[in-house]
This record gives sequence, C-alpha cells and structure tokens, in this order.
Amino acid sequence: MAFSHKTIEKNSILMLVLVLVVVSIGGLVEIVPLFFIKSTIEKVDGMRPYTPLELAGREIYIREGCYNCHSQMVRPLRAEVERYGHYSLAAESMYDHPFQWGSKRTGPDLARVGGKYSDEWHRLHLNKPTDVVPESVMPGYPFLNEPLDYKHMDAFLRANAIVGVPYTDDMIANAVADVEAQADPESEGYDALLERYGDNVNIRDFDGQGKQVTEMDAVIAYLQMLGTLVDFSTYDAKANNR
Amino acid sequence: MDYSNTIYFAETWGLVILCTMFAVGVAYALWPSNKDKFEHAASLPLEENETSHEGGRHE
Amino acid sequence: MGCDGSADMAVKKGLSLPALITMILFAVGTLGGVIVSAGAWDAVMEFHALLFSAFFVGGILWIGSNIMSEPEQGYMDKIVRYGVVASTFWGVVGFLVGFLIAAQLAFPELNFDTSFLNFGRMRPLHTSAVIFAFGGNVLLCTSFYVVQRTCHARLWGGNLAWFVFWGYQFFIVLAATGYLLGVTQGKEYAEPEWYVDLWLTIVWVAYLLVFLGTLIKRKEPHIYVANWFYLGFIVTIAMLHLGNNMAVPVSIYSSQSIILYSGVQDALIQWWYGHNAVGFFLTAGFLAIMYYFIPKAVNRPVYSYRLSIIHFWALIFLYIWAGPHHLHYTALPDWSQTLGMVFSIMLWMPSWGGMINGLMTLSGAWDKLRTDPIVRMLVVSVAFYGMSTFEGPVMSIKAVNSLSHYTDWTVGHVHSGALGWVGFVSFGAIYCLAKWAFGRKQLYSNRLVEWHFWVSTIGIAIYVASMWVAGILQGLMWRAYDSLGFLQYSFAETVEQMHIYYVIRAFGGLLFVIGSFIMAYNIYRTIKGDVREGEEMPDEDVVPVAAE
Repeated sequence: MAFSHKTIEKNSILMLVLVLVVVSIGGLVEIVPLFFIKSTIEKVDGMRPYTPLELAGREIYIREGCYNCHSQMVRPLRAEVERYGHYSLAAESMYDHPFQWGSKRTGPDLARVGGKYSDEWHRLHLNKPTDVVPESVMPGYPFLNEPLDYKHMDAFLRANAIVGVPYTDDMIANAVADVEAQADPESEGYDALLERYGDNVNIRDFDGQGKQVTEMDAVIAYLQMLGTLVDFSTYDAKANNR
Repeated sequence: MDYSNTIYFAETWGLVILCTMFAVGVAYALWPSNKDKFEHAASLPLEENETSHEGGRHE
Repeated sequence: MGCDGSADMAVKKGLSLPALITMILFAVGTLGGVIVSAGAWDAVMEFHALLFSAFFVGGILWIGSNIMSEPEQGYMDKIVRYGVVASTFWGVVGFLVGFLIAAQLAFPELNFDTSFLNFGRMRPLHTSAVIFAFGGNVLLCTSFYVVQRTCHARLWGGNLAWFVFWGYQFFIVLAATGYLLGVTQGKEYAEPEWYVDLWLTIVWVAYLLVFLGTLIKRKEPHIYVANWFYLGFIVTIAMLHLGNNMAVPVSIYSSQSIILYSGVQDALIQWWYGHNAVGFFLTAGFLAIMYYFIPKAVNRPVYSYRLSIIHFWALIFLYIWAGPHHLHYTALPDWSQTLGMVFSIMLWMPSWGGMINGLMTLSGAWDKLRTDPIVRMLVVSVAFYGMSTFEGPVMSIKAVNSLSHYTDWTVGHVHSGALGWVGFVSFGAIYCLAKWAFGRKQLYSNRLVEWHFWVSTIGIAIYVASMWVAGILQGLMWRAYDSLGFLQYSFAETVEQMHIYYVIRAFGGLLFVIGSFIMAYNIYRTIKGDVREGEEMPDEDVVPVAAE
C-alpha cells in the first residue's frame, strides 16, 4: 500500500514537471534568441536615453493609461508610413522599460508625433481635446496642470540604469536639476543639460505657465520628442534586414 | 548562436522531436490496454461522493 | 497520509503550529506595513502599505476566532460557497465598469475631466476585474470543488486554502485601487505594480501547494482530466506572471518600478504573457470547468476521454508559441512573427477537438438543451468557444491582421470569447455550485436563468456584430486612397464614423450587465433557500452535498 501510494504521489509531481517542460519549449525558442541574435536591434544613429523631464512625462503617459488607445508602432505598410512617417525600428524603443507599442488605435499612432504640433496645440488638446479636434473621444486632462513631483527623479534614473539604460552617474546626480533646466530656457542648467543628453533636446517652457514645472510640462516634453531621435538619413535599411 | 543555425535545428531535429512527442501522446491516448483506465477516469465526476461529508471514503 | 481515509478527513480544533507561525508572520507584516507607510514617497504607497497592515491584522483576528470555533469536517465547501458569492459580486462589478467605459467611448463627457474616472485608468480596472477578479474567483472556487470531488480528498493544507481566498481578494483590492489612483506598470493585463505582483506570487504559490497537495493525497488512482487543466493553468500562470513582471522597484518606499526588459524583448515577453493569459487563464482553466461541469450536469461521462488527453497536451504545447501574432508587422523580427502565425493556425485543431468533446458529451441527452437552462448555458459557451477559436487563427494570418490589428475587430473578438465562452461557462458553473455547494435541490428560479441566458445572448450578438462592422470599417478607412493617390480620410474622420457603433456596443454591453444582475438576484434567493412560486421541482435530482 505504501509503495503504490508513493508512485501515485510521484505521478502528480511528474505531471507538474511534464506540464512545465511542455509549456516552456515555445517560450524559450521564441524569446531567448531575441536576446542573442545581434540583428534583433538595428544599428542606428541618434538614440539617447530620455531626459529626466521626458522620463517623468513618460511615466505620466503610462499612469494615465494612454497606451490603452494609442500605439507607438508604425507598421511598414504603405498607408501607415504615409500617415505617420517612417516605420518604427526596434532600436527606437531600446530604452523603453516597458515598451509602449500598444495594441489598439482608438486614437492615432504616436510613435512619430514629436514636432508635428506646437506646444500650445498639445496644451489645448490635453486640457479639452474637442477644442482642437471636434470629433475626438479622448478624455480631458486638465488635472495635468498640477506641479510635477520630481524630488526622487535620481532614484528613478538609477533604477533605469540598473536595468541597462546608459544613464551616467553625472546624469543621475543632476536628475532633479535637469528637470528644472529643460522646462526653463532661461535657466543656468541649459548648457549642462545639452552636454549630458546631446543637442536634440527640446528646452522650452512647454506648458507656457512660467517657472513652475507641471505634469503638463513633462507630458508635452515627452510627446514632442517621440520618434525624433533616429537620424534616418544615415539609416541603412538593407544592412538591417531581418 | 545565429539565425541560420537556429533554422537548421528547427527543420531537422526540432521537427523530429515534435513529431515524436505528438506520436507518444497519441499512442498513450489510444493504447488499447489503457481503455479501461480511461473509462473509469471518465466516470469520476459521476460517482456519488456525499459519503465523504461524514468523514471520508473508507477503503 | 495513511491509507485510512477517515483519519485524513477529520479535523481537530485548536491552535496548530502552522497557525502560530502564520500569526507571527502576519504580526511582522503589520509592523512592516506601518514602517513603509510612514516613509512612503507617494500617497498610494502610504495608503497601500497601511492596507497591508490592515489585512494582516484582519488575518490574525481571523485565525484567533477560528481557533475557538468548531472546524468544518469532510470536504471544505464553505470556501466554495464564499467563492460563488465573490465570483458573482466581482462579475457584476467588472461588467458594470465595462459598460461605463463603453459609454465613455460613445460619450466622452462621461470622463468628467477627473483623473480616477478617466478611461485610461478605468479600462485596466475593467479588464482586471473581469479576468482576474471574476474569472479568477470562478477558477478558485470551481477548482477547490472539483479537485476534492474527483480526488475523494479534503483540500490539503487546512486553512491555507482560506489564505489563498482572502489573499486573492486582497490582491484584487490592491490592484483596483492602484489603477484608479494612477499606479500601473503599463503592461496590458499585467498592470499591478511590483509589490502587488509579489503579493500575488505568494498567494499563487499557496494555491499551487493546496491544489498539488490535494492531488498527492488523493484516494483515486487516476487524476481526472479537469485537474490536469487546472494544474496546467496554475503552473503556467505562475511561470508567465514571474517572467513578465520582472522589475526593479525605484525604492521600497515607492509604488513605482522599472521593468527589466525593454523595447522589442519586452514586447515579445509581454505578449507571450498576454496571449497565454488568454490561453491558460481564460482557456485551460475554464476548459477544466467544461470537463467537470458538463458531464456532471448532464449526468454522462465526457464524450471521449482519449480525445481529452490529446486535447490537453496539444493545447498547452501549441498555445505558448502563439504570442507573436499580437506583434505582426511590428519591429519584432519576421521569423518570430511567422512562428507565431503558424502555431496560432495549428492551435485551431486542439481547440475544436475540445469543443467537439464538450458538445458531444450531450449526445443522447440533447433534450436537456431544451429542458435545462443551465445545461444550455454551458453548451452555448462551448459553441462560443468554437467560434472565437476559429476567428482567432483567422486573425493571426498576417494579411488579415494587417487590416484587423489596432481596430475594434480585436475588441469584438476578445468579447465573443470573454462574454460568450468564459462568461457563460462561468455562469453555468456558478448556477451549478449554487445548488451543489449550498445543498439546494434546485435554483430559486429556472425561468430567471432563461431570462439571463436570452438577455445576455442578445447582448453578446449586438456587441460582437457592432464591433466587427466598426473594426473592418476602421481598418478599411485607414488604408483608403482617393483618386489622386492621397489618403482619403484623416484619423479624426475615422473616429467620427465609430460613434454609432460605440453607442450600439454600449447597448449590447448593457444587456449583458442586466443579465448578470438577474443572475445575482437568482443566486441570492437560491442561497437563502427560496424557490420561486410555481417552480418547485419533484424530488428526483441528486444532491451531492447536504446542507450544513
């Protein structure tokens, strides 16, 4: 009796192990190569980590669930490239933890929205979308005109650095100062910010409300840089064919 | 590890392994001597089981 | 774990060592919650850490009062009864939120310009409430019921099962309040933040232990096929949850974390998770319900036990590969997209094998479709399963997907599966358990089940049809060119076209909500022990468990 019971016990464990083996195969075969095949992420010029203000804006984008209605992935289909711009590359989201490719377009794709509209348009649109797009079903976000909480921005950058985003110690140490510098073109931190993140950083009073850094500043800073980093004049599509 | 190696493996050994796994599964399910076992198993939900309420099924 | 069945079932009163250890752990947890709350960086962490403390204090009191009272003997059915109530409650809540966000898309004023009632925060609330709160509770309580009955064994681990139940409800509360307050990881169907994920991991491991422990101590040599599906669901969800939620917290005092993976790798891992949440949570788990409740309700063994074995292994093997079909034409490498498509199409076979197995179980008892509304609900759910598992592979073909992806067609597809398959099979199981686990000879009213069935079915039909039309229209408009070779429609024009379909969809959803209210009322009266006038049944039905 004791023996037969033991075999039975083994059977349910055996089943557990079998199930695990069977369900692991597919995932392993598909996921592991993505980390090891070099051509998965294209070679491009111009990618840089998000500035602290953009990163804070991205967190608000995630917090408000924008990804529920907006994709950030232009597919290589004719109608899509003509509507939104160059199709998205894997390299363009290499610093996105998590990715924000989305799965639904209740609203348009935002992968290349950067620079397409003025800061003021974004401001009006976020406050009350139907003021600028009468057909829109997007909710209003007037509550973004509140001060941004960025006192722990350094910890935020550090956590990103731990998972592989190339933030330097200098960037982490100046995270809070860089938030303020980017939203104020008159600030003293202007040159230091450009030196850390490169010349393609927008430094403006995004929300048009003066020195106070608001969540609106952060979100618009993020939206205005989306899809603008990669230099497509030097991009070799053939060499990066997968 | 690169792409063409992976494809080579998938088209040769990978295929053989998957087909074998499938064959083993089907053979187990259709093996004649397993018939009684499965018929008993299929009737499990239909067995009366209120006895256990008074302290378990006695063997 | 001897051969003596009775010794195994008898439960003694008093304080056990595990209970004592749990109380000590809970006390430590209470203190930890207070400390983290005091130092919290953001308001949500402050609030959630205190909630943790409150939960642990509640747990200590629960254990304390439990020591005093006489323990339940035999099968643990009280937890099943709690599960029936929780499932019904969360179902109604989840469907209501779904109706609200459907209405928001038709009438955006309903967002009220507030943060916490905003579509972007409510949509994760809806998906999590229906999948994890409603579906999860249905799976918990049916699995506890089924594993005990088919193993002839009481749940292993004593009150560990209760920890699973209450711990899971607490997970739901943390996740839901977090979304509304703006705490999310931003990964679909995996929105809860790091500390909620850790908590769910603990609860889930406990669930696995209870389930596996019961299987191990079973008195029946064979493991019934429903338990395979439950086990497959529990184990795989554990793997997916851990794999997808790997993250570095910003600080222990912060509610935020950074996901370990980025970009293309994160995308594939997310949809490996996302698709298999469908495959193992919403399919394998509910197939377990099909394999127990349909045979039991029609009092016939499953059509082919051999087919069910092949169904199980083929399904769990193939499903895992299908994730990349969510990423067609994206920056995911082509080889991966192709693999995803091929396996998605192959998946059609085991899915329909399972459907045939479920439907044919009725052969020889087809009249039950007419006479027993619960059986009809269960069987129609299987038909919906067949429909959406046919539509799914079609949509995974890259050419079709280039049209359907990002549109409301996907939303319609999901809901034909979610409302039709998961919803109806759950309702059927809830109705069954309202009788069996509460020891009622019959429901309060079968007529009300009829009403529930028809109102919901019409609702689903309206929902799915409107989304299908909307999605295809949207997809065609996005790619339409005028005679000069320019894109014909601006995006805003395509949004305008959606309005009427969003209104129709919201109406279909409302019908489904009304159906769930009818069910809630029926369950409530059944639990009370009422029978609707004129619906009393003659004494012939077998009652598996006597009332307490």
